[in-house]
Amino acid sequence: MEVTSDQVIQAVYETIYMVSVSLVFATMIGLPLGVLLVVTRKGHILENPLIFSILNPIINVLRSVPFIILLVAIIPLTRLIVGTSIGTTAAIVPLIIYSGPYMARLVENSLLEVNAGIIEAAEAMGATPLQIIFRFLIPETLGSIILSITTATIGLIGATAMAGAIGGGGIGDLAITYGYQRFSTMTIVATVVILVVLVQGIQSFGNVLARKIRRN
Amino acid sequence: MGSVQAIREETHESLPSNGKKIEPIESMIEFHEVHKSYESGGATIEALKGVTLNVHRGDIFGVIGLSGAGKSTLLRTVNRLEQPTSGRVIVDGNDLSVLSVKHLRSLKKNIGMIFQQFNLLSTKTVFENVAMPLRLGTTSHKEIQERVGELLSFVGLTEKAQSYPNQLSGGQKQRVGIARALATNPSILLSDEATSALDPQTTASILELLTRVNEEYNVTILMITHEMNVIKEVCNRVAVMEQGAVVEQGNVLEVFANPQTETARHFVKSVVRDDIPSSVYKLLEANQGRSKILHIRFIGESSGQPMLSQVAKRFASDVHVLFGNITELQGVPFGNLIVELQGSEREIARAYQYILQQNVTVKEIS
Ligand SMILES: Nc1ncnc2c1ncn2[C@@H]1O[C@H](COP(=O)(O)OP(=O)(O)OP(=O)(O)O)[C@@H](O)[C@H]1O
Ligand SMILES: [Mg+2]
Repeated sequence: MEVTSDQVIQAVYETIYMVSVSLVFATMIGLPLGVLLVVTRKGHILENPLIFSILNPIINVLRSVPFIILLVAIIPLTRLIVGTSIGTTAAIVPLIIYSGPYMARLVENSLLEVNAGIIEAAEAMGATPLQIIFRFLIPETLGSIILSITTATIGLIGATAMAGAIGGGGIGDLAITYGYQRFSTMTIVATVVILVVLVQGIQSFGNVLARKIRRN
Repeated sequence: MGSVQAIREETHESLPSNGKKIEPIESMIEFHEVHKSYESGGATIEALKGVTLNVHRGDIFGVIGLSGAGKSTLLRTVNRLEQPTSGRVIVDGNDLSVLSVKHLRSLKKNIGMIFQQFNLLSTKTVFENVAMPLRLGTTSHKEIQERVGELLSFVGLTEKAQSYPNQLSGGQKQRVGIARALATNPSILLSDEATSALDPQTTASILELLTRVNEEYNVTILMITHEMNVIKEVCNRVAVMEQGAVVEQGNVLEVFANPQTETARHFVKSVVRDDIPSSVYKLLEANQGRSKILHIRFIGESSGQPMLSQVAKRFASDVHVLFGNITELQGVPFGNLIVELQGSEREIARAYQYILQQNVTVKEIS
């Protein structure tokens, strides 16, 4: 039994939908968390041991739960937020909770690359903490942050393959249900090609954008 | 706000004239018994051990010391990048320890700072880097355009306005740093090893620019360095730091002419060679008392060469210069001579007496 092209198009659409919506929310969560992880640490501009010591382990815990388990474990929360625990939209909640903390770590690592001298120069100019974050730290690492978002996006594509477990659909799901369980080589090949093109496209786009911003 | 510092009259020590008009001395930065200690891994490091220092308005004040002496720590207490453990720092009449965070921020607009590693934003153009301190405030777009244009022309980088820092040489980057530090029209400039990453020629041009900053914009400069050459080129006053304390301070000429501590002597030696060449000792041995070898140090034009010709004229004694060097400090010659006096014992003694009466420091080498 072969898949129809309509099914493939539908699957691609579901993947893009899941990835883009969760990416937007994950960035909205990950970016501020990443910034907080940096500026609240010891010796930084908004040093705050309390916030840092709460945030840091929570992110570690979330990061250490395998996605397939997270998917099932937070079903009650998913139902609370989107009203249902199955389907494409329902898959978005665990995807966000999976990639938000991941993004926070990536952003944190990017921001830590900023030379301490830049912050010193900003402080010497009398910049406020918010000005330091938005006019110095983030612009200086924007290239790096773009690459982090690129990496997180590709991670999300991988994670959506498991969304089939709760009826999320998508390309990965198609490959498993048709290609693997029903021995359709064509489906496997087609989905792999689509995924490679997708990942490659996103990575190239991210690279070009980052290079443009980085100025070197 | 702290009280406005009263203008204090101090008697100037009679400096050799360097063309500068002598004005009443007014304090710009005062350090009073400043202590700073760091806790690190259970141990306490005392970076500053009670520094008291007074930087006057209009000074180019140099602080020199070996690595780890506490120079950066001291400098950074001026714009509160570092908070002293105890003691007071008074900047242009404001006691920093009683200022609110907000006041402190506005005071920082009056203090520019430049760094060894330049610390420019790599993703912003030269223009935007210089404009940054103004963009943090409420300066209008038009004023920013004008001010940045003026500063870039002052530092000679008008053509580079749209370049990015990675397209500039080290010297050009430091010029951008200087322009940025001057953007808010400060009356103080702090310089933390601003020329240490540069080659000697570039260093000279940056030092020249700093002198212009001091003269044309009336900016008081506090600079730290571990190179005595930098002090010699631009500073009028200097403090020598060692292990968290100021061990010597004064007018640059005084310190060069008469260093009191081992550390100061070491630094002076790095720019003014006054060690006695071994050939002199050989000569001494060969002569066995038939001549006198003197080490003469002098400051100013009146001494040195003219004195030697007087000796030759007045006494039946020959004068040979065995070794000599002259350095200029703030336009004043500062020199070392090693001379050999030859002749009869009596004439040598008379010549020696004469030299002793001149305005020079004499030491007999034996
Ligand atoms: N944040 C810090 N934590 C712990 N110790 C510090 C800190 N900053 C400086 N120190 C210590 O304080 C002392 C003085 O340091 P400082 O940077 O002021 O020296 P410096 O004279 O500027 O030296 P250099 O010429 O190497 O720049 C050093 O022993 C240094 O290790
Ligand atoms: Mg230092």
